[in-house]
Amino acid sequence: MNREKVIFAFFIVLALTLNFGFFIGEIDNPDHHDVLELFLALVVSLICTVLKFGDRSHLGALMLATSLVADLQLIISAGIWAYGEHIAASGMEAEVMASVVSFAGGALVANITSVILLMVETALIRR
Amino acid sequence: MNDILYVLLRRLRVPLITLIVVYAVAVLGFTLIPGRDDAGNVWHMDFFHAFYFVSFMGSTIGFGEIPYEFTGAQRMWTLVTIYSSVVAWLYGIGTTLTVFQDSGFIRLRRLRTFVREVRGLHERFYLVCGYGVTGNHVVRELIDHGVRAVVVDIDQERIDSLELDGLVMPVPALCADASLPDILDYAGLQNPHCVGVLALTNSDNVNLAIAIASKVLMPKRLVISRSENDITSANLASFGTDMIVDPFRSYAEYVALAAHSPHRHLVYDWLMNPEHRSLASVYRREKGRWIICGYGRFGRNIARNLQQEGTEITVIDPNPDSIRGMSSAVLGIGTEAITLQQAGVESAVGVVAGTANDADNLSIIMTARELNPKLTTVVRQNLSANELVFANSRCDFIMQPGKIIAAQILARLKIPLMSVFLDHLMQQDEVWAHTLVNRMNATVGDEALESRSIRIDESSAPAIQCKLDEGVEVKLISLLKNPHDRRETLECFPLMLRRNGDVKALPGELTLVEPGDEILFCGRKRDLTKFEWTTHNYNTLHFILTGEDATQSAIQRWISGRVQN
Repeated sequence: MNREKVIFAFFIVLALTLNFGFFIGEIDNPDHHDVLELFLALVVSLICTVLKFGDRSHLGALMLATSLVADLQLIISAGIWAYGEHIAASGMEAEVMASVVSFAGGALVANITSVILLMVETALIRR
Repeated sequence: MNDILYVLLRRLRVPLITLIVVYAVAVLGFTLIPGRDDAGNVWHMDFFHAFYFVSFMGSTIGFGEIPYEFTGAQRMWTLVTIYSSVVAWLYGIGTTLTVFQDSGFIRLRRLRTFVREVRGLHERFYLVCGYGVTGNHVVRELIDHGVRAVVVDIDQERIDSLELDGLVMPVPALCADASLPDILDYAGLQNPHCVGVLALTNSDNVNLAIAIASKVLMPKRLVISRSENDITSANLASFGTDMIVDPFRSYAEYVALAAHSPHRHLVYDWLMNPEHRSLASVYRREKGRWIICGYGRFGRNIARNLQQEGTEITVIDPNPDSIRGMSSAVLGIGTEAITLQQAGVESAVGVVAGTANDADNLSIIMTARELNPKLTTVVRQNLSANELVFANSRCDFIMQPGKIIAAQILARLKIPLMSVFLDHLMQQDEVWAHTLVNRMNATVGDEALESRSIRIDESSAPAIQCKLDEGVEVKLISLLKNPHDRRETLECFPLMLRRNGDVKALPGELTLVEPGDEILFCGRKRDLTKFEWTTHNYNTLHFILTGEDATQSAIQRWISGRVQN
């Protein structure tokens, strides 16, 4: 068992599960989406990105790309949340919440791709 | 070649993750710790403000407590996060700086810059492996003639010295083992602009590896290799190395030539070295015995060359093994008067100080000259740093094999026809050489003798080619006329004419020029540059041939043609 592989897979799957946890629920209902989960999803996603640094294989490059996409989506999502909560005069409205969640949904797809790539890599290299 | 980025990212993985975790924990902490707003109600900081606060706290330690004054618990957490975030930043920045100073990383960065520079070369260049005395001379001369060079050497100090040499064009240089094909590839071995590979390192094995790699990858490319023993030379020749130079043998031949055929030696010297000795300096040979101090590679080669000419020799060497079985040999270094006297210095005509130690060599010469002031002295200079002492030693010949082979290589690179002429020279007798030296002396006097070759074809002599196409006869003497005044002759003369592989030395001035001829000229430098007028400018050539100004345009030429008809 490779400790490095365990940590790597742990963070990638955790990024997906946290992202999913935030995404699930009615899209425009703020009560269904915990902002703490968004925060954790973003942090874990950033850590995943750094973990993927320096892998020179083709698959490694793909994984880094998906991770960067997830980061981008989550940062935009968090930005919209901050705008809705603190800057917009009307406060957190249903439309704003919907766009926060839909950006997180995009990140979810990227994270799923990441996990699929991880599985492909595991299946290809049987060690 | 994205290695640098990958190495940087891989080394920075841990510090980056540390930074992310520290920030995440700090932000999370601020959202969980209850605070109080200005009205005294319990208030929880949200992620937006927590991130804002941690961001400026981490980098600047604060603009104050926002949006409300902190409680004790919040302040305590702030203390923890200040220290942890500062440490995380220091760790991250420190690691980055370490990576940039890491020797492996610096090597990688140098290699990358080097590869980029070599790829950026869009004109012909030579790949020079080994930047010693020979490499240094060759590169300097190439650069002076506007030809680019790329240098690979195993010693970083030599690469550094290259930067201090003050060359007028940038020379991409890399400290690496040139025997590795990868390194040669980075250095442009497969680059279409690379016109030649020069293997000039001190190690025969490395030179062999370079020559083989070059001949395998690029069979048509010119390869010149240095070689110190006959086995390597034969090996190099077996796969078609274009030129093999043996510094020890070359110098021994050079010295022997000076001893037994001084005029041929002078012709050779004048053609090869820009600053030549005057005609009066021709070494007057005296029949007699020579003493050779140091019977190593140099001594052996010189002894062999002198013996071939029937000269008697006496060898002095400190190693009993190397002189075993020799009839006239003395054990010792040769720096003491007693050893030299044993070798019979009083009755000898010349002494060669050829040991590997410069101080010993000078000492031998000084002692020998005191015992016999009429001696011809030949001294070997091993280190170029001793230049000053040797230049003032008043020796007849200073052996610097590195310079001799550099001159040979440069002659081959600049004027390929020159090596053909020198081969021809070696087959001639002293009388022929004496006549030639007198002619050279009459032409240039004490000025530098330059040489250049031209080929009669469309690209290098368009005017002559055009005249020949018109059916006009061009004599060799026409090329020697001053383009500004056809009554005057330039201070130069043809050394050799090569036509369809046949070589004619010192062709007559009335010889008719034919397309495809290659002609080697020598003479004053400024006169040789005037050639270009005659070879390139149709009107100038017309003026020289006929004494009339050529009609300028095609229409005028057409009209004058009709008038004549």
